[in-house]
Amino acid sequence: MFPYEKYLRRDRFPHIWCTGCGCGIVLKALLRAIERSKISKDDIALVSGIGCSSRTPGYVDFNTLHTTHGRAIAFATGLKLAKKELKVIVVTGDGDATAIGGNHFIHAARRNLDMTVLIYNNYIYGMTGGQASPTTPTGKKGSTAPYGTIEPAFDISGLAIAAGASFVARSTCYHAVQLDKYIHKGILKKGFSVIEAISPCPTYYARPNRLGNVVDMLQWYKENSIPVEVARKVSEEEKKDKIIIGILHDAEKPEFCEEYQRLSARVRKIDNK
Amino acid sequence: MVNRENAKLMTGNEACAEAALVAGMSFFAGYPITPSSEIAECLARRLPQEGGTFVQMEDELASMAAIIGASLAGVKSMTATSGPGFSLMQENIGYASMTEVPCVIVNVQRGGPSTGLPTLPSQADVMQARWGTHGDHPIIAVAPSTVRETYDWTIKAFNFSERFRVPVVVLLDEIIGHINEKIVFPKREEIEIVDRARTKQNPEDYKPYELTDSDIPLFADFGSGYRYHVTGLSHDETGFPTNDPKKVDLLHRRLNRKIDRYKSEIISYKTAFLEDADLCIVAFGSSARSAYRAVSRARTSGLKVGIFHIFVLWPFPYEELNKIARRIKKFIVPEMNLGQVAHEVACATKYEVTQVNRVDGGLITPDEILEAIKNVPV
Repeated sequence: MFPYEKYLRRDRFPHIWCTGCGCGIVLKALLRAIERSKISKDDIALVSGIGCSSRTPGYVDFNTLHTTHGRAIAFATGLKLAKKELKVIVVTGDGDATAIGGNHFIHAARRNLDMTVLIYNNYIYGMTGGQASPTTPTGKKGSTAPYGTIEPAFDISGLAIAAGASFVARSTCYHAVQLDKYIHKGILKKGFSVIEAISPCPTYYARPNRLGNVVDMLQWYKENSIPVEVARKVSEEEKKDKIIIGILHDAEKPEFCEEYQRLSARVRKIDNK
Repeated sequence: MVNRENAKLMTGNEACAEAALVAGMSFFAGYPITPSSEIAECLARRLPQEGGTFVQMEDELASMAAIIGASLAGVKSMTATSGPGFSLMQENIGYASMTEVPCVIVNVQRGGPSTGLPTLPSQADVMQARWGTHGDHPIIAVAPSTVRETYDWTIKAFNFSERFRVPVVVLLDEIIGHINEKIVFPKREEIEIVDRARTKQNPEDYKPYELTDSDIPLFADFGSGYRYHVTGLSHDETGFPTNDPKKVDLLHRRLNRKIDRYKSEIISYKTAFLEDADLCIVAFGSSARSAYRAVSRARTSGLKVGIFHIFVLWPFPYEELNKIARRIKKFIVPEMNLGQVAHEVACATKYEVTQVNRVDGGLITPDEILEAIKNVPV
């Protein structure tokens, strides 16, 4: 049995998540990844914004920071730059990271600041009652899209890659074992790493869209996910509406903290001359 | 003695940046905006030299968030902006108030609302500095009127922020920000620097918002072995969210009491010629400069006018002005807005207040104040 207890603030339970919510699965994957990384609890800062996923930090025994809606990555940027030895992990949702916080998300990726952003993507605003989010698939319903949304959805991982992230991976709550491997790799990666976890919201996404219960949703993930290696070989038509999972991007590029330290050293050398 | 070493010609914005370094600020996050950009530019050059961190963020919301994050790691942090950016920062200023994270926000005021007059001065963010974020919340705002005062009050802003664990707003305006004046620096050893009080408890026993006699909780740096939770939700002394009415009430009353009970140590003003005066000019920021000139000219013509020059706008010196109003019944408030401070002076004194206002981007001249002095019915 994995020692989850070691990381949980048991006095904070019961948690606020609905029955069947994917947040718990993602949280457990995160804890397994952290355990494997052997980083001390004192050296981990878990930062979040607002939403269901952003309640995660309250339940775990790290340096935990629950910030304002959309701004977790910006808070985390200050924290990381002020204390570079901290391992900073941001937990956020699709709305938090790509709607209200979209600007911070792309710019942190561009800067390639060393942090890991774990995005619980459940295609909906759960906390506020099921409104459509930037990742709600076209045609799917939310409380603010009663006739189905007419907007195209964001590809979060694609956005992260385009914006300059070093490491980008996607998994689902069905593929929980892969998920913790990707989170672990993201944590170890020097640079901006993004892990997108497709996560079920049985209450506010499945119900209006008649997707069944959480088991049906996980079954759907199982049947409709394509490993990235396979996806690269098949036609666009075959990939349509599928979830492409795996390590989507892994690159070496200059990391912001190191570049800043280099700059500071160079400036001070000039001053001393 | 004044010599090349301790005197320099510099702008208010430059003095603000240099003073922040003296105060111990080692983290700046900002976004370009006129007329405050020189503060960021100066610190982009200076912070890497000093071993601190400068980062240009993607917007003002991020800048405010980043300085809070940095302060939680235990460093003194600051941002600088002007009206539109100050508006964008408000939500996170509330977060800093709520979570008691020290930080300094410099607002070099320009004409508003909206984009307004980007290159011209105003003093119209006085109320936004106090009430810009939602909910009752503690805040301190200071308003220097010269380059030297900008230096001194920037340091004091950090000291207040550290001592009371509140965000502190430095309200400059375009005139102070851009004016070049000779500044004679105080001796380093004469400058008081305050650092936040930190816990010495065992990490297991630490409660981040535990009640203390001072009403100011003891701080622990993130990553120093004290693993605790910080949230903008109403929380109890453990830092975790609560809906318990008693605990929520306790929190909000303490947060506001924290400033209220120490206001006599925070409030700051200077008076001149008030002893025999029958008219008092209440001024702050760059308008105070014109007010001094107007008062001295009025005195030359035999008019009994004095000045009450406010350095700390929030908390406001209601009681001090009320005391003066026992003897003086006429007040003039010159300000580059439509009466934000005049309204507070009227509240404090219970008298009607004569206003001298400009909102056209021009500064208030001594002549305009003198005119008002002459027109106040005796």
